[in-house]
Amino acid sequence: MTGEKGLKFTKEHEWLRIEGNRVTVGITDFAQKKLGDIVYVELPELDEEFVEGDAFAVLESVKTAADVYAPVDGIVVEVNDLLEEEPALINTDPFGEGWIAVFEAEGDIDTSGLMDTAAYRQYAEEEE
Amino acid sequence: MSKHYLPNTGPQRRQILQAIGVGAVEDLFSYIPEKLRFSGLLNLPDPIAEPQLVDHMEELAGKNNVEAVNFLGGGIYDHYVPAAIDHVLSRSEFYTAYTPYQPEVSQGTLQAIFEYQSMLCQLTGAAAANASLYDGATTVAEAALLALNATKGRRLLVAGSMHPSYRQVLATYLEDFGAEIEELPLEGGKLKAEAIAPRLGNDVAALIVQSPNFFGIIEDLPALGKLMAAEKGLFVVATDPIALGILEAPGALGADVITGEGQSLGINQSFGGPLLGFMGVADKLVRKMPGRVVGQTADAKGRRGFVLTLQTREQHIRREKATSNICSNQALCALAASVYMSLMGPQGLREVAAQSLAKAAFAREQMTAVPGVELPFAGPFFKEFVLKLPQPAAKVIAAMADKGYYVGIDLGRFFPDMNNCLLMAVTEKRSKSEILGCAAALREVLA
Repeated sequence: MTGEKGLKFTKEHEWLRIEGNRVTVGITDFAQKKLGDIVYVELPELDEEFVEGDAFAVLESVKTAADVYAPVDGIVVEVNDLLEEEPALINTDPFGEGWIAVFEAEGDIDTSGLMDTAAYRQYAEEEE
Repeated sequence: MSKHYLPNTGPQRRQILQAIGVGAVEDLFSYIPEKLRFSGLLNLPDPIAEPQLVDHMEELAGKNNVEAVNFLGGGIYDHYVPAAIDHVLSRSEFYTAYTPYQPEVSQGTLQAIFEYQSMLCQLTGAAAANASLYDGATTVAEAALLALNATKGRRLLVAGSMHPSYRQVLATYLEDFGAEIEELPLEGGKLKAEAIAPRLGNDVAALIVQSPNFFGIIEDLPALGKLMAAEKGLFVVATDPIALGILEAPGALGADVITGEGQSLGINQSFGGPLLGFMGVADKLVRKMPGRVVGQTADAKGRRGFVLTLQTREQHIRREKATSNICSNQALCALAASVYMSLMGPQGLREVAAQSLAKAAFAREQMTAVPGVELPFAGPFFKEFVLKLPQPAAKVIAAMADKGYYVGIDLGRFFPDMNNCLLMAVTEKRSKSEILGCAAALREVLA
């Protein structure tokens, strides 16, 4: 599990890399395994605005579709366009090349509801 | 109560009830308040013997006036249905087939749908078509939902020349979606691109038009397509597939979604149904398109095969986040259309369209030569046109029916200010003598 250090995690199995008011979002290794082969990613548009908890992307695997939720109130400043052609990057490198989008948060980021690596590991194990 | 047609016997029913711990069948309905439940006997006639029943059905069928010459349209047309279609449809492999979830036992059905989709794409210029929807009206409503979902816009600009029933269905479907439907005004029975331009904006989810429109007039799709090219909103065109035998495919004119009624493709008019809704979309919308889609693939041995594809958009997987609540298609009607399009081919479709157009032009000429009959609209038309009569259309229609002509549809039913207007449709089936006979009858009725 590369790149897991310093990340924060949500209960929806997303990882967040918080740098100032920028938040990079992806899904965890646990989540990609649960979804199976991802065949399509519906990405947000640049500058699109979301409220925390809004679905901003959709991942389609061969057997299901899952929403990815905005971690903060903010706008999308970067989108991983590579996923359009290669959605499987989420399967092969969920914490690296499989990142989905970068948000710029509107205000301070509240991390109180998020988990660190150890807490998330335990959380995922319990879900297993 | 007699239960001749229920396969299980009294003792068997008692056994079933006992096994589930219920005293009587009625107890199963106890959660429905007594006053809402029907008691007593259904208002049905007494049983009769089979020969009498056949007589009765024949008597009912005899009330149909199958001899009358048919100029009825308004969305459902009297095009010729080749005999081969019924022959294919009546094969039990097709008419008893269930939803082809299991490709290993459904290759025939899947291939028929795949070919239907492929031919429809060629005809409409869409990048992908679905396996069909219920009817033309619901395809327009589904296209509107697709546009709301894909663009996040809230306003829908809908042509006032769109079939009034389609607009009603659209309004019903969208009642709880918080969208605003704006009806675009007409000039001479058709839209004017310049009048639409000021209404456009980023909050417009779609411009929805029908061409040929409800009055039979061909809308200026190239101009409308240009208008929408730079817009965020989608350009939705409902069309008549027969017209596409000679008219440019909407997909080539900038339409993002092409929908419509496919009854003209080998399905009888019957009493207004069953119908066939078709939908095709531009490439960027494939994953948002409602309904099911059959795709071509290869099996483990590399042989060509067909499967339902992109199912993650559908309700059985995506639940409340599905792109639509459509979970079925009009498989048998789509098969009819598939057979029709294969029999006709591009040349046959062109011929059907050209004949319909020529005969409609001839009929319009003949009808307007009758004293008192006028043309309220001047726009280019395909196989259908409006006539303005010197008397209420309803009265003329009844008198014409007595003379053996179903001359058209009373537009007063849809537009209170068009009580004297008649919508007349002419297909390739109408002969010169039928058209001349109709004109002569109209002359007598109006004299």
